[in-house]
Amino acid sequence: MDDWAVRAEGLEKRYGEKRALDGFDLAVRPGTVHGLLGPNGAGKTTAVRVLATLRRFDGGRAEVAGVDVARDPRRVRALIGLTGQYAAVDEILTGRQNLEMFGRLFHLGGRRARSRAAELLERFGLTEAADKGVEGYSGGMRRRLDLAASMILAPRVLFLDEPTTGLDPRGRGEVWDAVRDLVAGGTTVLLTTQYLEEADKLASRVTVIDRGRAIADDTPEALKDRVGGDRIEVVAAAPADLPRVAKTVARVCHGEPHVDEQERRVHAPVADRVVALTEVARTLQDEGVQVEDIGLRRPSLDDVFLRLTGHAADEANKEGAAA
Amino acid sequence: MTTTSLEPPAGRGRAYWALADCWNVVRRTLTHYRGKPVYIAWQLGFPILSVLLYGYVFGGAMKPPGGGGADAYRDFLMPGMFVMTMAFGFINTATAVVTDANKGVIDRFRSMPMAPSAVVTGRGVTDVIIACAELAILAGTAFVMGWRSDGGFLGTVAAFGLLLLLRYCLTWVGIWLGLLVPDPEAAGGLFAVAFPLTMISSVFVQPGTMPDWLGTVAAWNPISSTAAATRELFGNPGAGGGSWVEQHALLMAVVWPVVITAVFLPLAVRRFQRLSR
Repeated sequence: MDDWAVRAEGLEKRYGEKRALDGFDLAVRPGTVHGLLGPNGAGKTTAVRVLATLRRFDGGRAEVAGVDVARDPRRVRALIGLTGQYAAVDEILTGRQNLEMFGRLFHLGGRRARSRAAELLERFGLTEAADKGVEGYSGGMRRRLDLAASMILAPRVLFLDEPTTGLDPRGRGEVWDAVRDLVAGGTTVLLTTQYLEEADKLASRVTVIDRGRAIADDTPEALKDRVGGDRIEVVAAAPADLPRVAKTVARVCHGEPHVDEQERRVHAPVADRVVALTEVARTLQDEGVQVEDIGLRRPSLDDVFLRLTGHAADEANKEGAAA
Repeated sequence: MTTTSLEPPAGRGRAYWALADCWNVVRRTLTHYRGKPVYIAWQLGFPILSVLLYGYVFGGAMKPPGGGGADAYRDFLMPGMFVMTMAFGFINTATAVVTDANKGVIDRFRSMPMAPSAVVTGRGVTDVIIACAELAILAGTAFVMGWRSDGGFLGTVAAFGLLLLLRYCLTWVGIWLGLLVPDPEAAGGLFAVAFPLTMISSVFVQPGTMPDWLGTVAAWNPISSTAAATRELFGNPGAGGGSWVEQHALLMAVVWPVVITAVFLPLAVRRFQRLSR
């Protein structure tokens, strides 16, 4: 099991009657970003909290950086970093004071805590704001400071629990850059997120969790392939044209197309992307059918999510944005 | 950019780190006050304001227990105000704890290789240090208003010791409540509970002037014991009263805090450990 940065086998965690984790398996390769996706209440956060030693579990086995989580949580804590759903930094202290305080609590002593704080402030682009109170930081700056605080001991494994929830696109980009830097430096990241785009951008492998179990584990590409390959998508200009569009698409793509009358949309899987697109476009033009939009679409992780869990990721996103 | 060595220092036991981490947690809160003097003004300003308001607004209308005018009432009132400030302190504890819990700061501490006890012990030590500052400022204000301790050095020190003991035992109540309430707003709402609890006592008036049943409740209120004991030690006018608990105020000013600690320390620790469930 030493070859894995994080390894969980049959993890179980019950809250009364509810099984938050119900035989959860996970294997994370060192030096990668591993995404953990799932609808709200699927067990993502519970899994992270169990692996980060914040919650005891009721059954199964878990190792982080080769150390047994149940048997030696104290040693695990010296090897991990955790960034939760809120920026867990002290609002009243300055960025530098925060990092020095956490450094002392990581047992670096005053002198090393100071020099480590300066290093991390520079690395996370916070040197200029170092001596300002965190109250005045933007959302992205807070999360970067939060990341810096969890990086004080250069942990082997970093748990990021929804690190960009509530951030604007700019703040999100800042956090993504910081995460990429960390992984380039050899850190392993276990990332939970409700933004599938985020997992697609950062993670080299994804585990989908639902009802406390891992229901899929693969690369984002392979997961998308599992849902199906490319699709052609045509939006008719008028509802009356829908049957003709559907007929053309069916002929070119050799398959029964899916017709969405509400959105005047026809889509079907294609084997050869370019041939299908040109064929359909030309035929429709020859027949004089007006088309509002035509294009090829790769399945997104949203499609994967919907297929695997039966929930649209949007539902989760909306709740996340409201929280 | 230099690279700091991140090796953990070797050869130091758990007891050392329990103390060192506790001190680091204390330092964090004290740094708050350094960075935000407004905070001090707020927290220390309230007791001063209370002393002035109760002393001068109500002072003239009150009949002090041993006779005399407003001056005599203020001599009676001051130890009561010290007690009230200590008693309200548990709300500050609860607010600080729930704020850290909600922001994930407590979880971050728990995910770090520091002594888990430091989160709780650090809070306790911080609160006692802040209480010392509060008492110093209150006593200074009281002195300016004409209050004196006639209890000699030892009596005065013992009285302040009893006040800090009361504050210390209420820290456990505060930590327990801080881990129980959902948010800082709810912690602030504890004033609604704390206020009557401090009023139904000998802090402001003699329990003997209240209806019998209420007077009995007031006499048995733990903070009445601390108020009576400190008045005795300071040599200030006491609230009198012939019941057993009023006659044994010095004893009860120690017994009550010990009982409160015995009840609430395990409750607070259990609540803290429940975070791991």
